[in-house]
Amino acid sequence: MSKHLKILEFVLSSLLRRKIKNLGIVAVFSFVVFILASILFLTHAFKTESLAILEGAPELIVHKIAGGRHDLTALRYGDEIAKIPGVGRVLPRYWGYYYDASTGANYTVMGATEAPRSTLELVRGSFIEAGQRGVCVLGEGVAEVRLAGVNGTVPIMGADGELYRFKVVGVFRDLSALLTNDLILVAPEDIREIFDMPPDVATDIVVQVFNPSEVANVAKKIKYRFPELRPITRTEILRTYETLFSWRSGLVILMFLGALVAFGILAWDKATGLSGEEKKEIGILKAIGWETSDILALKFWEGAVLSLVSFLAGLIAAYAHVFFFGASVFAPALKGWSVIFPDFRLLPYIDPYQIFVLIFLTVVPYIAATIVPSWKTAITDPDVVMRG
Amino acid sequence: MTKYRLFLGLLAVEMATLLCLYGLGAVRLSRRAPDIVVLQEMAAGLMLTDLAIWSEATYARHPSQADLFSPFQEYPSAIEHFPSGSILAPPFGMRSGGHE
Repeated sequence: MSKHLKILEFVLSSLLRRKIKNLGIVAVFSFVVFILASILFLTHAFKTESLAILEGAPELIVHKIAGGRHDLTALRYGDEIAKIPGVGRVLPRYWGYYYDASTGANYTVMGATEAPRSTLELVRGSFIEAGQRGVCVLGEGVAEVRLAGVNGTVPIMGADGELYRFKVVGVFRDLSALLTNDLILVAPEDIREIFDMPPDVATDIVVQVFNPSEVANVAKKIKYRFPELRPITRTEILRTYETLFSWRSGLVILMFLGALVAFGILAWDKATGLSGEEKKEIGILKAIGWETSDILALKFWEGAVLSLVSFLAGLIAAYAHVFFFGASVFAPALKGWSVIFPDFRLLPYIDPYQIFVLIFLTVVPYIAATIVPSWKTAITDPDVVMRG
Repeated sequence: MTKYRLFLGLLAVEMATLLCLYGLGAVRLSRRAPDIVVLQEMAAGLMLTDLAIWSEATYARHPSQADLFSPFQEYPSAIEHFPSGSILAPPFGMRSGGHE
């Protein structure tokens, strides 16, 4: 043990002699770990949180496809679907998109009259009551961009060119931003009026299935009986979100490909050979009696010191970046063209497996790249090494 | 023989910081667990199928209902329609959130 501590002391003195070069390596190494860890933390947290929340999504929704595109769904389909064994309540959903020219933002306008008690606690003000018209509940992002609070008004241009003014009765709290940020909830009658929807259609239909293991069967029956309808199950929704975040993380990784390539060149440079000075150092150590195993221990510690310090620093910075600062470095990539974007505070879901993967992708190759060329030099005759 | 002590100290500080962050994260997770249940109930009660993260396009706002059948496919993993899509920046007015 004391031998290794002495070697470690020697390694640190040797590293400090080449301060600038080694500090450069630590900075690049930490940055690469920071980027990779940030991406992994962010996507894993996003994925875990969204999958947990969307466990509450409807188990089956059905909408009509016309000419390969989403079309309004006739309510009569709901009556037919309700006759399928195992189907419970069948509810129409009224929703659509609204582009607000004054802010350049897109909102999702949705019809709603009832909400669970727990949801009401997430609303500042009140909720739309049954039969109440001309009122709305806003998502936090909409309220912010429209500068509208409770008792304010939000104008929406209807399909008939008329301006409909909605009184804001409630605003969702930021806790629910991941679900409600761009939402404008209005009464179903209001949404039908502003979007000029015929009375016998809805945007889509939510189907309740009593037995969760029957959902796929019911979806199959609907598809068989009504080929023009497209059923979407909750499992499909969750699967979509799993792949979605993998894709987004791929995009961000692409942005930082340059940094990864730089790190690769650094490791490759170390792996393919030692500098003349380093070879000379190994030759002198061998000449004064160091064993090959001592040289390997020396190089192992050299790689370990640099990679461990950098890895931990990068990991700490990535944690703070994602879970305290909302991944601000990636904001342009994540935000895309969205004008309103939730100010999310992700929950720190961390997968230890990902940390091990990071160690095997960065620390282990770096230590290996330090040891291998030194081993080649250490088994050569010291005289030959020193003469170059 | 002081440098290795300093190094081991630095390593210990880094490890302790990481463990503290992990511990704080675990506390935050357990505190926020009821919120996730509330959000699940909200998704169920308001019949919401998607997260309101990206509102730039229909397939980004509602990825679960993205169009799979149209000639020019629109869903987040679809190949970009036009090469310009990967080069063009959003119009100025759109970035600033104001008029174009």
